[in-house]
Amino acid sequence: MHFLPSDEESAFARSLDALLSAAAVPDAVRAWSRGDHGPGRALFAKLADTGMFALAVPERYEGLGPLPVAAAVAFTELGRHAVPGPLVEGAAASVLLGALAAAGVDGPAKRFLPELAAGTALATLTLPGGGPYALDADAAAWRFTVTARDELYLSPAGGAPLASTDPARRLFWPEPGGELLAAGAPVAAAAAEAGRWARLLTAAQCLGVGEALLARTVAYVRERRQFGAPVGSFQAVKHRLADTLLGVEFARPLVWAAAVSPGAAEVAAAKLSAGEAVYRTARTALQLHGAIGYTDELDLSLWLRKARPLRDAWGTPSACRATVLPA
Amino acid sequence: MDLTHTPEQEEFRAAARAWLRAHVPPVPLPSLETADGFAAHREWEARLAADRWSAVSWPERYGGRAVDLAHWLVFEEEYWAAGAPGRVSQNGISLLAPTLFDHGTEEQRARVLPPMARGEVVWAQAWSEPEAGSDLAALRSRAVRTDGGWLLSGQKTWSSRAAFADRAFGIFRSDPEAPKPHQGLTYLMFDLRAPGVTVRPIGRLDGKPAFAELFLDGVFVPDADVIGEPGQGWRIAMSATGNERGLTLRSPGRFLAAADRLVALWRERADPADTALRDRVADAVVGAQAYRLFTWASAARVAAGGELGAESSLNKVFWSEYDIALHETALDLLGAEAEPADGPWAEPWVFSLAGPVYAGTNEIQRDIIAERLLGLPKGRR
Repeated sequence: MHFLPSDEESAFARSLDALLSAAAVPDAVRAWSRGDHGPGRALFAKLADTGMFALAVPERYEGLGPLPVAAAVAFTELGRHAVPGPLVEGAAASVLLGALAAAGVDGPAKRFLPELAAGTALATLTLPGGGPYALDADAAAWRFTVTARDELYLSPAGGAPLASTDPARRLFWPEPGGELLAAGAPVAAAAAEAGRWARLLTAAQCLGVGEALLARTVAYVRERRQFGAPVGSFQAVKHRLADTLLGVEFARPLVWAAAVSPGAAEVAAAKLSAGEAVYRTARTALQLHGAIGYTDELDLSLWLRKARPLRDAWGTPSACRATVLPA
Repeated sequence: MDLTHTPEQEEFRAAARAWLRAHVPPVPLPSLETADGFAAHREWEARLAADRWSAVSWPERYGGRAVDLAHWLVFEEEYWAAGAPGRVSQNGISLLAPTLFDHGTEEQRARVLPPMARGEVVWAQAWSEPEAGSDLAALRSRAVRTDGGWLLSGQKTWSSRAAFADRAFGIFRSDPEAPKPHQGLTYLMFDLRAPGVTVRPIGRLDGKPAFAELFLDGVFVPDADVIGEPGQGWRIAMSATGNERGLTLRSPGRFLAAADRLVALWRERADPADTALRDRVADAVVGAQAYRLFTWASAARVAAGGELGAESSLNKVFWSEYDIALHETALDLLGAEAEPADGPWAEPWVFSLAGPVYAGTNEIQRDIIAERLLGLPKGRR
C-alpha cells in the first residue's frame, strides 16, 4: 500500500496549478459572475489541453477514463484556484452517459461524449436528490435532467438566473420538457453513479478551496501587525489556524480514499469531512482577516463565497451522514 | 495512490487474527490501573512475547518479527478488533524502545528490550516536575556526576504507570551552568526500587492510583544507563516525538474497534428518530476512518524515507479530541444508565478526558502545528 499521490498524480496537480496560477483566474471569476463567459471559456480551452475534461469519459467515446483519482486531483486544483463553471456537473454528466452506454443505451454517449471529452462543449446536470438547480445552465451547451421517474431529458434553455450567495455560481430552475433521451432502470443506475462522482469531485473542490483559504489567511496574519507584533504570533490566532489545518488535513485522506474506491459510504465520508472543513476554514479566514475580509474587492471573497454552497452541493452534511450510517 | 494490502500483509493479518482468536482472554482482565490488574496484564504481555506478538516491529533478536510500520498497523487493527487487553508495556514499547533504537547502545538494547517485551520489566516515564509541565525544559531534578555514574535528586510527577512499574526513564539536569534551559540535560534510565527512590501513588480522577510522584534522593545510576551523550537529553527526548512515536502512541486500530462498538450500541439502543445522535455516531465512524487513512498516508511517507516531525502534533490533537467525542456519544446513547464507574463506556470515557493533557497538552501541540507546519511566528505562550 502506497497511500500517497503517485509521482504522475503529483506532476498532474503541479501542472494544473502552474497553468491556473498564470491564468488570471480571479478576473475570469468576476466576469463569469456578470454573465460574461468569455474569459472562463478561454480558461477551459487551456484546461482541455491537459486532458482534464476527458477524465470522466470512457476511452471508446474519445475519453481517457474513467479515472476518478486523476479527476479528484484535478478538481482539488480547480478549487484551489476558484475556477468557475459547471465542471463538476459536466464530469458527472459524462459519467452518466458513459454508464448508460455500458448498460446498452449508447446513443446519447455517441452523440455527446466526444465533445464533452474534448472540452469544446459544457454540460450541466440535475439529478433527483442532488439539489434543485441547474448550475450555469446559460453557459452549458447541453442541460441534462434526470427526473424522479428515472427519465433522462435534454432540457431546453431558458429562464433567468437566480442570484447565488456565490455570484460565480449561476443558478437556474431546470426547464420542464425537452428531448427524452432514455428512461427506466439503466437511467436510475447511471444517475446513482453520476451522483457519486459529483459528490466526490465537489469534495475534492472543497479541499482545494480550503487549502487556498488557509494559505491566504496564514500569509495575511504573518504580515498584519497590531500591538507591535504580527497577529499570527498571538495564541488565539495560532490555535484557531491549527484547528483549521487539522480539519483540512484529516479530510484529505478521506477524499483520496473515496477517489481510489468510490463507493457510496466512502464518497459520503469524504464530502462530509471536506465540506465541513472548507466552511470552517472560510469562517476562520473571514475572522482572521478582520473587516478587509468582508469586502467584495479583496480576492479572498472569491473563495469565501464558494465554501458554503460547495459544502451543501451534491450532498449536504446531513445527507452524507445518513449515507455513512444507514438506519 | 493505492489502498490495497500486499498478499504478504494479508497473510500476516490472518496469522495475527488466528493467534488472537486462540489467546485473547474471554473475560476482560481486571483494570490495568490496579495491583491485581497490573499483574494480570504482565502475564498477558508474557504470553504475547512468547509467540513474538509483543513488539512486532522490533528485530527478531529482541523478540520482534522485524516487520515494518504497515505490518504494525495491520497487527494493531487485529489486536483491538479482537478485544485484546490494554498494553501495560506501552510506555516502554512506544517511547523508550524507539529512543534506544535511535540513540542507545547495542548493549542497552540487548539488556533492556527482551524483558520489556515479556512484561518482566515495566517502564514508567519520569518527565514532568511540579514546576515543569508544558514548559518541560524548566525541569530542575539533578543528575550529579559521581564515580562510575550519576546521582539523581529531585522530584518527578504525573509519572504514568509508576505506582506498579519497575523502572523509569526521563531527563535530568546534569549541567546547571548551561546557557539555555534545554541544554545540559541528560537522558537516563533508573530503578524505581533503588535506594533513595520514594514512589508516592497519586489517585486519579477515575479513583485509581495509576500515576505517581517520584522523590529521588541521591539515586545511583551507572553510566551504562545513560542514553546517548550526557548533555544531549533534550534532543534525544524530542527526536522520539518526531518519528514513530507520533504514529505509535495511539494506533488507528483502537479507534476503529471503538467506533464499531459504538455503532453496535447505536443499533441496539438508539431511537431511530433521533438523528442528532445518529449524526454523532456517523461522525465517529468517519473520524475513525480519517484517522486510519491519515496514518496510512503518514506510514507511506515514512516508508519513502520522509520524516514525520511536527505532523505528529496533528495526529495527537485529532485522536485525543476524537476519543472524548466518541465516548461522550456512547454515554448519551446510554443516558442515565451510563453512570456506574465500571461500565463499559464510563471507565474509558474518564480515561479519554486525560488525552488532551498528557503526552504534550493540546495547547502545546497547537503551538507546534501553528509554528512548524503553518510557519507562524513564535510569540509568548
